[in-house]
Amino acid sequence: MTDIGFVRADMVDAKPAPNRTSGAIAWAQKNLFATPLDGVLTVLGVVFLLWIVPPLYNFFIGHAVGPSGTVEECRMENAGACWAYISSEMEFFIYGFYDIPQQWRPNIVFALGAALLIPLLIPKVPFKRTNAVLFLFAYPVVSYFLLAGGVFGLMPIPTEKWGGLLVTLIISVVGITLSFPLGIILALGRQSKMPVIKTLCIGFIELVRAVPLISVLFMASIMLPLFMPQGMTIDKFLRALVGVTLFTSAYMAEVVRGGLQAIPRGQYEAGASLGLSYWQRMYFIILPQALKHVIPGIVNSFIALFKDTSLVYIVGMKDLLEAVKTKNDTALEWQSANTATTGYLFAAMVFWVFCFSMSRYSIFMERRLNTGYKR
Amino acid sequence: MSQVSETTGAPTARSTMQISDTNVAIEVIGMHKWYADFHVLRDINLKVMEGERIVIAGPSGSGKSTLIRCINRLEEHQEGQIIVNGTELTADLKRIDEVRREVGMVFQHFNLFPHLTILQNLTLAPIWVRGIPKAEAEATAMHYLERVKIPEQANKFPGQLSGGQQQRVAIARSLCMQPRIMLFDEPTSALDPEMVKEVLEVMISLAEDGMTMLCVTHEMGFARQVANRVIFMDQGQIIEQNEPEAFFSNPQHERTKLFLSQILH
Amino acid sequence: MTTLDTGRAAAPRVSFFNDPVIRGIIYQVVVAGLLVGFIAWIVGNTAANLAAQNKTTGFDFLWKTAGFDISFSLLPWSRGSFYWEAFLVGITNTLLVAFIGIILATMLGFTLGIARLSSNFIISRLATVYIETIRNIPLLLQLFFWYFAVLKAMPAVRESLALPFDIFINQRGLMVPRPTPDQEFAWVMITFGIAVVVATALSVWAMRTRTLTGHYPRQVVLAGKAADAFVTFLIAFAALLVLFAVIFPISNAPVLAAILAVLLAALSVTRFAALTRGVLSFVIAFLVLDTALGSMFSWLPSLFVTVLGAAVALVIARVVYTGALERPPSEARFPLALMAVIVIGAPALVYWLSGATLAFEVPVLQRFNFVGGLQLPPEFVALAFGLTIYTASFIAETVRAGIQAVNKGQTEAAQSLGLKEGDRLRLVIVPQAMRVIIPPLTSQYLNLTKNSSLGAAIGYPELVNVFAGTALNQTGRAIECIALTMLVYLIFSLLTSLIMNWYNARVSLVER
Repeated sequence: MTDIGFVRADMVDAKPAPNRTSGAIAWAQKNLFATPLDGVLTVLGVVFLLWIVPPLYNFFIGHAVGPSGTVEECRMENAGACWAYISSEMEFFIYGFYDIPQQWRPNIVFALGAALLIPLLIPKVPFKRTNAVLFLFAYPVVSYFLLAGGVFGLMPIPTEKWGGLLVTLIISVVGITLSFPLGIILALGRQSKMPVIKTLCIGFIELVRAVPLISVLFMASIMLPLFMPQGMTIDKFLRALVGVTLFTSAYMAEVVRGGLQAIPRGQYEAGASLGLSYWQRMYFIILPQALKHVIPGIVNSFIALFKDTSLVYIVGMKDLLEAVKTKNDTALEWQSANTATTGYLFAAMVFWVFCFSMSRYSIFMERRLNTGYKR
Repeated sequence: MSQVSETTGAPTARSTMQISDTNVAIEVIGMHKWYADFHVLRDINLKVMEGERIVIAGPSGSGKSTLIRCINRLEEHQEGQIIVNGTELTADLKRIDEVRREVGMVFQHFNLFPHLTILQNLTLAPIWVRGIPKAEAEATAMHYLERVKIPEQANKFPGQLSGGQQQRVAIARSLCMQPRIMLFDEPTSALDPEMVKEVLEVMISLAEDGMTMLCVTHEMGFARQVANRVIFMDQGQIIEQNEPEAFFSNPQHERTKLFLSQILH
Repeated sequence: MTTLDTGRAAAPRVSFFNDPVIRGIIYQVVVAGLLVGFIAWIVGNTAANLAAQNKTTGFDFLWKTAGFDISFSLLPWSRGSFYWEAFLVGITNTLLVAFIGIILATMLGFTLGIARLSSNFIISRLATVYIETIRNIPLLLQLFFWYFAVLKAMPAVRESLALPFDIFINQRGLMVPRPTPDQEFAWVMITFGIAVVVATALSVWAMRTRTLTGHYPRQVVLAGKAADAFVTFLIAFAALLVLFAVIFPISNAPVLAAILAVLLAALSVTRFAALTRGVLSFVIAFLVLDTALGSMFSWLPSLFVTVLGAAVALVIARVVYTGALERPPSEARFPLALMAVIVIGAPALVYWLSGATLAFEVPVLQRFNFVGGLQLPPEFVALAFGLTIYTASFIAETVRAGIQAVNKGQTEAAQSLGLKEGDRLRLVIVPQAMRVIIPPLTSQYLNLTKNSSLGAAIGYPELVNVFAGTALNQTGRAIECIALTMLVYLIFSLLTSLIMNWYNARVSLVER
């Protein structure tokens, strides 16, 4: 046996890594050429990018006709996207047929909404409760009277004239604010020990989740008027809102249920041992924790709802998608090879910006809360 | 670098365990490893003879686990040589496979395959790597399950077993490949105190059979009883190594003294 | 609310209204009463409304003549068909587009999900961009885009775009050749069925022998070697033939190709098998790259394209070559080539012997339109395409989550046991990942089926369009039509959850 005793006299200082482990070349070696197969994939990826990026660049920017361009330029051979069409029809895309001199009213609604929503979303801003109450209760009332008019000498503007992004935003904001509490109630009902209430909630949730939204909207727009007493009509807008809200609340309920199930029994017991009533327990202890758990799921439901608002087009509502499609089909003065494509791409970008920011926000909140849990 | 030799007679408890004078199991020469820019292992030199039982100790983050993970190439080293059973580890997949067939590894978190029964966990590799007939593989598996004292659990799933039982299954799983060297990566750290003993007993009986073992562990009692050599690592380098008696009673290096005073109170 | 009250000595008596059981009953009775009242109110209103509009109710209309056209139907349909037939046409059209969408979306989604996890920076970024773009844009908008902006902007019939294999695309949709098998072709199909059974049985037997004895049966190994050589010969011959025909035209090409292919096949049963694979993959990669690059970058000089293609193909060939060197000897490999030869070879042999013919009716441009072939309407193409693109982005996320759910320690444990990469995936990683992937994957399939109802907006005659749209408008039976439509989706959903419950109960990992 060899001598095994050994004591290190001088510590080895950390050396910089050989070139193979740091720097740009090492990065490329690790991320692009780790194995020969990786190398092949990288080459194929680059070839694909070289193939797809130049035409896309040319379409969107290179050969595109800018916002101040003319239709003649759009009709030229090799012209790219016709942004001039978008900029000239922008008003219609945002407000629909809303009377042009009255468009300051939706503008105020937009501004108010942004002013209330942004501080609500930034965690550091104080007065969350006041802010939320204003946003959830005062804002809808103010907005409704501002938009519909008929009071304080404001010119009445019927909902048929509302359109474009305005309608998309109204439906999604109202849908989100109404479906959220409804979803919570359904989720609590599903957890309930009372068989009648539990069965009702399960039946509603499962039925709605089984069928496509479009059939719920059909039902809301065709059957809702039949259900009402004779002579009573429901605004088309309201029918769509009811459909969207009921549909989303069922999905929301399932998300909230996931959160409720993640709360350990001890929390319920602790609440009960303090002598809190059922609703106090839910409001002060269970729901705040449960909802925090499922923020990503809630935001995903919001994103789905936002995308789903486009379906109201099918039951004859005039949302952003409808506005774009109408102009694509009817704006003969802007007709060119790329007009329709540009219109849809514009709508896609608007939807994308909203949905993508929501999903990023949910990731941000998730990280924040996660670090909160881990100390 | 200086060599301090010290000759102490091997205690009787270890006298039965044979250590080969000529056959080298593992040889590590001037090995360095970096994670990106972080120099995790520095100038590692280590020669393990067949039948040696080595315990590697050191504070967390000292590179102990990384070192033994390099020995079956779960981690790649950048400089120096690692030679296992005469095969030098390089990027060559054939050599890596060769080495992994001969080297068993036991993980801190067991890493049993949760979708397979205990018996299937044990026979998977013998059947698909060694091409051993199923009946024979199962017989071997039962043999090792009896050796780790849980033959009655053969048809259960890992999720149904306690942590200590799972770790014993994990040891049996490695043994089924009939390795010549066993690596243990903190095998008892994730266990409840009352389960540590049952796993250590299995490891001790393995040592008595003359298995070459490298254990990263904080079980100093195990080191005293079984090891023929204790290696102390800190900051990615081997600071001190010695026979357990000498190591514990007479540590030489400042860091070793500090470490021992912290863990032995 | 209360102060400390020490005077209570008597046993606490629960007051009637504070007893939780009684309270619960009261709540439930109230809710049930309200609900019954609400429903009665609705039914009353509806009855009054219907009476006022002189409308009747009931499902008798199902046996009346529909009298409208359906543009696309798998079942026989005419204006004289009944409403219940329209209902069936709607269901089959929904199922058809859902079925095709599910197959394509699964393939695309798995590819994207794996690509997103790739350690290759470019590949994973490309997949991420695809997923983040597509899933944040409403499906309806995407359908409009494909239908109105892309398909409607296709050239008119006379200027149809001709794709390979006699496929044409124009404003009226996609025209593909229609297979027209003759009587004898049935024998080919029967042989194919038998061959699949035989091959399956053979593989099961081979695998079982492998686990029981440690090696594959000797006969199977020998047959596998022969099949390997045969397949190598066929692939090499075809590839070389194309190479000589397309890129290096020479005389006597078939003879030279045959000689080279025989050489390669012979080489493939020796220990130089890896070399064969390397050469073959070079030829094939070069062919594909040269044609693809040539058409993608038509402005590049062709010599440059050829050199570039050859260079990349050389790298690919090297990858395949080193990969092939790592392959275990044929005795220790599953005889895949043998199974392929059985499944494809046997029917081909029968086809040749029986003189059966499988002609393809090619779509031909007549004066005003295409005649013959299978004409897929643009609504169908846009819907299937849109559903595939959209759902694939969600499936990709499901797949990624499933693979990431498998602990890294599992791979390490498998590695430390000496399992090779293929076995590691097959025996350890995939079985675990699939348990996580399958339930959400199924709900994506269900979503796709529900989303196919958006076809109504671009005029594809699926269930909602045909029944909750046209039939409802013609008959005015709103409640019946919508109820039947919803019932169908409800049944789809219930069936799926039944299957999923059974599956989950079967595969769920047993825990303490």
